[in-house]
Parts: sequence; C-alpha cells; structure tokens
Amino acid sequence: MLNNITMGQYYPVDSVIHRLDPRMKLILSIAYIVAVFLANSFAGYILLAAFLLFVCHMANVPFRLLLKGLRPLRMIIVITFLLNLFLTPGDEVWISFWIIRITRESFLQALFYSLRLALLVAGTSLLTLTTSPIALSDGMEVLLTPLKKIHFPAHELAMMMTIALRFIPTLLEETDKIMKAQMARGADFESGNILVRAKAMVPLLVPLFVSAFRRAGDLAMAMESRCYHGGEGRTRLRVLKTTRNDWIALGVVALLLTLIVLEGIFLKGVLF
Amino acid sequence: MSIEIRHLTHCYSEGSALRTVALEDVSLTIEDGEFIGIIGHTGSGKSTLVQHLNGLLKPTSGQILVDGEDLNSGNVNRRALRQRIGLVFQYPEYQLFEETVARDIAFGPKNQGLSGKEIDQRVRYAMECVHLDYEKYSERSPFELSGGQMRRVAIAGVLAMRPAVLILDEPTAGLDPRGRDRILSMLEELHARDHVTIIMVSHSMDDMARLATRLVVMANGKILASGTPREIFSQVDMMVSAGLDVPQAARLCHALREKGYALPADLYRPEELKEHLLRLWKEGKTGKEGPAC
Amino acid sequence: MQHDAMISLENVSFTYEEASSPALSDISASIRPGEFVAVLGHNGSGKSTLAKLINALYTPAEGNVVVCGYNTREEKLVWEIRRRAGMIFQNPDNQIVATVVKEDVAFGLENLGVPTEEMLPRIEQALSAVRMNKYADSAPHTLSGGQKQRVAIAGILAMEPSVIIADEATAMLDPSGRKEVLDTVRMLNRTKGITVLWITHFMEEAALADRIFVVTDGKVQIEGTPAEVFSHVEEMREMHLDVPPMTALSNALRMEGLPLPAGILTVENMVQEVEKLICPSKSAI
Repeated sequence: MLNNITMGQYYPVDSVIHRLDPRMKLILSIAYIVAVFLANSFAGYILLAAFLLFVCHMANVPFRLLLKGLRPLRMIIVITFLLNLFLTPGDEVWISFWIIRITRESFLQALFYSLRLALLVAGTSLLTLTTSPIALSDGMEVLLTPLKKIHFPAHELAMMMTIALRFIPTLLEETDKIMKAQMARGADFESGNILVRAKAMVPLLVPLFVSAFRRAGDLAMAMESRCYHGGEGRTRLRVLKTTRNDWIALGVVALLLTLIVLEGIFLKGVLF
Repeated sequence: MSIEIRHLTHCYSEGSALRTVALEDVSLTIEDGEFIGIIGHTGSGKSTLVQHLNGLLKPTSGQILVDGEDLNSGNVNRRALRQRIGLVFQYPEYQLFEETVARDIAFGPKNQGLSGKEIDQRVRYAMECVHLDYEKYSERSPFELSGGQMRRVAIAGVLAMRPAVLILDEPTAGLDPRGRDRILSMLEELHARDHVTIIMVSHSMDDMARLATRLVVMANGKILASGTPREIFSQVDMMVSAGLDVPQAARLCHALREKGYALPADLYRPEELKEHLLRLWKEGKTGKEGPAC
Repeated sequence: MQHDAMISLENVSFTYEEASSPALSDISASIRPGEFVAVLGHNGSGKSTLAKLINALYTPAEGNVVVCGYNTREEKLVWEIRRRAGMIFQNPDNQIVATVVKEDVAFGLENLGVPTEEMLPRIEQALSAVRMNKYADSAPHTLSGGQKQRVAIAGILAMEPSVIIADEATAMLDPSGRKEVLDTVRMLNRTKGITVLWITHFMEEAALADRIFVVTDGKVQIEGTPAEVFSHVEEMREMHLDVPPMTALSNALRMEGLPLPAGILTVENMVQEVEKLICPSKSAI
C-alpha cells in the first residue's frame, strides 16, 4: 500500500520551534545559511554545530532524523572531501606517494568544505522537519508578496502548492488502483531491464495523467463556483502571527551571526 | 473452474500499529457456472476478498484453491492463473490508456503472449460480448466515448483474456439506468451463453435479485449469510439489522405478512407479488362481506 | 416571469462549442423559494448543463437565467449569484481544495474576503449543520465519500446560500453515503428553507422531492409532483428511466383490474392501499 507515507519530511510534534512563525523561520534559515558561509575556523563550525544541536533538542526532533536528512547527499559530501583533499595545494606535506599529495592545508580545506555542506543540509532539513509544507508555502507567499509588483505569481504558487499537497494522497491511491487493475490484465511492472520497465509504465502513467487532468478540470470548476477569482481581495483563515518567541529566536540567530562575523575577523586561522 | 476459499484471513499493515483485520476466517466454495452476488457495506471486506481470488493480495492465513491448486503455494504460475480469473475493478474506465479501443482491449491478450491473429479474434469476440460494433468503434479513441461505453471497453479488455471466472466490483456504479441495464444484460448473456462463472460485488439489491443464483452477505470481514436470493431476501430482519436493504417487493411481502396476509415468505420479485395480490383480491371478492374489513 | 421565483429559466437554450445539437433547447421553468426540486434524466440529457447555467458557470445562448433576481448574463453579478446558489459536484474528491477540512470550508469565505475573525464561527456552524464538526481538523483523504460530500456542503453553507444545486452529488457514493448526503440536504431544506435543485438519475431520490422535472434530449418532458410524474410509467420506461418499484407494481395491478389509486410511491403507501382493498383475515388459507 502506497498511502501510508508521511508528507514530505515534516515531523509532526509540538515544540517551541514548530510553533514559530514560518516567515520568521524562513528568514532565520537564510541567516543561518549566510553564517555557515561566513564561518572560516573550527571554532565557528563548532559554534554552528552546537546551535544546530540546540535547535534540534528544542524542536523535539530526534538527532537521527537530522542524520537521515544528510543521507541522500553523503556521496556529494564524500566527493567534496576527496577532491579538496587531493587537489588543494599546500606546503606542509603529510603524505606523498605516486601522484597523491596530502598536505595539512588540503586536509583542513577538505574538512571545512564537507562540514560546511553537512551543516547547510542539516540546517535546512531542520526547517522542513519542523514546518509543515502548508505553513512553509504560506510563509513563502507572504515573503514573496513584495515581488508581486514585478508580476511574480506569489499567491498562485502558494495555491498550487496547497492543491498539490491535497491531491498527493488521492493520486497515490489512484496509482495503486490502476497498477492492480493492469496487473490483473497481465501487466508486469517488475521484471526486465530499465528500458522494458520504462515501457511497462505506459499503461500506468497514461491513465494517471488522464485522471489528473480530469481532476484538474473538475477542481477548477468547483473553485470557480465557490467564487475563487485569484488572490485579489482574498482574506485568509490562517493568519501568520509573530509572537515573543519569534523575536527571541531572531535575537539568538542575530547573536550567532555576530559571533560568526567576529570569529571570521579575529580567529581566522588562529586555531590551526 | 471451481474456487475454494479456506479459512481466509487478511490483515492490512500487519505488524504495525495500524493493523486492521479486513477478512476473518472466510470459507466459501464457488462452483463452475454460478452467478454469485457479494453484498455488504463499504469496508465489509468484499473488495479485499475478490482481490484474493486472482492473487493480487496474499492471505495472511488460509488458502485459496483454484481447481484444487493452491493459488499461493509458490510453484503455481500466478500470472497464468490471473488470466483465467478476470477481475474488473470499480470504475474500470479509469484504466484505459491506448490510442484506440481495439489496442486497449488487446493489452491483456498481448500480455498472454498470443499471436496477432488470435489477438484480433479475441478483440472481436470481446467487443461483441459488450455490444460494441467492431467496425464502428475499434479504431476510435477510448477517451472520446461516453462513460458507459468506456466502461464496456474496459470490461472487454478483461473478457478478451477469455477468463473462466469473471469478477466484477460494482460494475454499475455511477451509471445511469440505461447504462446500468446494458451492463447487466451483457453479464446475463455472458453467463447464460458462454457459461462464464460470474462473481459480482454490488450494493444494488435489485441488480442482485435480477441476476444472482447465489448471494453472499458480508459484514465486518465475515460471511454473515449465503444462499439463493429467495433465501436471503426472505430474511428481511437479518438484512435490516446488518444495515442492508432488500428489494422493495420483499419488503412489501414482509410488511403484509406481518399484518396477517397469507403470502409465502420468500417473494422478492414484483411479478410474483403481483400474482399473489391478485389471487388474494379475487378470493376476497368472491367472499360475501365485500372488501372492507 | 414570476417575481417570487428563486430560480427562473425563460426559453433557455445552450449548445456546447463542439456539439452539433443543443444540450438544452427552449427550457422554461420556475422554482419557488424553499422548494425541493429534482431533475431526473440520464447522462447526456442536459441536466448537468442546467446546473452550470444556474451557477453562472455557463451563460445561455438564448433566453435568460435569473437566480435570486440576478440575471446570469450580467458579468459583475456572477460572484453574487455563485455565493447565493452554491453547487456540489459529482466527484467528492475533485472539489475539496485544502488539506484540512476546516480550511476547505473556509475557502469560499476567503474568496469572498470575509474577515478572519468572522470565519471561525461561520465554519463551526456550517460544519455542525452537516454533523462534521468532529472532523474539522481531519485530512480530506481520510474521509468516506459521504463525509467528503458533507464537507463540500458545509463549504457552501458557510457562504450562507439561498440555493443548493447538487449535480449528481450521490452518483459515486455507496447506499449509506447516498442516504447521508440526501438526508443532510433535505434537513437543510426543511430547517433553513434553502431551495434545493437535486440533479440525479436515481428515481428513489427524486421520489422524495416536492417536484420533479424529467429532462431528456435537452427538454423538460414531464413535470409535476413525484406521484404525477411516476404515474407515466410507460413514458418513463421509453426514456430508459426507472419508476419506483411500488409505482410499477400498483400500475400493473391496476391494469389487471385491481382498483388501486395512482400515485403510490413507497412500500408504506402500498401496504395502506392494499389493506383498503383486501382484508388479511379473509386471505387466510
């Protein structure tokens, strides 16, 4: 059965972090990303990692979920490490044989770059773990609203996201049904090489697309009959509100960013 | 081809907190040439049961024997077996995908690995079964047809595999009376002329009264009762307590009997009731006191 | 035109762009406030087109459709008309927009620009009117078909409509879901006086209406109370429409000389009438 999947990465528990305004969380995540790029000493990285662990703890999110978020990128992290390790020039040679030359500098840079990547990914997955996709799209809509002046479709994008989220379970159920129906007609989705299997998907994908288009047509008509006419003059049931906690969070991240900037100025290369 | 279901139990999400028992210790034998009607509420286990019959679902425990062979014993080729037991899902028109009607119907036979000539014959046979003119419709796109026609194309797609047993899940759902009558008379013909064993899941008691030779009533994953329509529909109280309906003629018969009318308990066809009511009226008229009581 | 009509159609015709024959031709009808009117017909008879004309989703090629005094031809009145004449569709899945029930009920209100603080009480009222308040925070895909349709009805109710148009709203439901939805709409019709246009091909649903329009080939063929309409047993059969089994049975008995009155619709009616004619004690064998 395909319909028991959870939506996106969202980890649905209640916590201070979960309750933060999604707009604030988006802004703070951007600030965090900036901090990661600014950090250039191990002290900075340790600070950032400590911050991440702290947020993770506050959010009641198990640490293993953060690590799980890194898994799809582990190859890229490893490659980044190896490329930097072998290709960065340096003076203090640690190991050298044949064409391989590992220096102190290359090792540190490899460690820096892969850590940076890991911190970036872990930070953003913390955002999606603690913010429901709907809240995320709401937050994005509001933040992107100023761009409406240059005809950026902020409302339309958010509406599309809502509808997509609404129909994912429906379409998954439908996929399951069509798959079974075609299997009852002798279709085989499991054997053969990639080409054979791709071809075997046609009896599944065509009905699925036909159905998705039919649903889209129906839904458009239903939305129109309920007076939908775009974002103009529309009010919202869910109104985003900033609370004291949002401002505290802003303060914490501002402090973090300041420390990282200071570290960048004063500690550059000091620890190593 | 006979199907024997022995102590079938099926649980969804086995081993997790969401574990639900969909079927519990169901035993049932379906003989060659029967027209079985399975009735029951949504969630009574009907759909789960029929999906077991062609191997789409595997029993949590219990066995399904097809002509004495265990469907899930491993050394049986399940794909070959699926082809002998055709399954038409609810709203089957949603599974159409080919550019032409003929090609869509040919999908099953093609998967069976038949020759081009044989496939063509099968397509013609199946279209004839569902009363779609080959010359007129074979090259049309299935997506241009009406809802009822699309459904018939989908059913033809299963019939083209020449199943010995045809299972249909709510074949008339969503159709108007005309579309419904077409499907039902088609099934009637298929059963009488081609001796296909038919298992039909339906909510419509009137459809069942018209076609089924045996009814199986399901509730909460179990078989509540099984018997001829006459036997089942005469148990009005049992059906009502299971939240199920009986044909209106059966309800009338039941209500009149409770008022003391001398009617047989097992009438469920309007024609039968008509004869009995006429008889009662004529007997009343020949009496001396006139119609008023 | 009657001035007290909730919905009035005057010589309305409509043809789809790619179609050769009109979907509706020269239909005139009028529906009073508070009436429960069923439109009976099979697929392609034009009955869904009728619903979409009343909801101003289509405008008639000829004639006028007037809803609550507003002509659907006037473009700026379209939103007013849609708010007053809410529509529920056939497929329960394809009309729910949001991922949470209460947010879907809010959808219409958001479109109308209702202030946020006014929304919550209206949503709550609408949901309890359809007895779905327990599910306010549920995800739509976890509901049954009948429940989804009730959510759709709540979405319309929140907009405080005068008319509910149900376009085959029960066609895809099982018997219990069908009953759930029909009972809900009948209750709203009785208690809130909401006018109902109930489009269906189930004769047993139409039998509960105040009035029935039988539509075939884009025309209203028969119009009247259920008892009147279903007494046309032969004509209904020719149009491939069902009549209630009891009506058919009483008709057949009448042909054989049994003096049963016309207009028997239900088993209860039939029992009563049979009792008037035949005495149980004398039927004892």
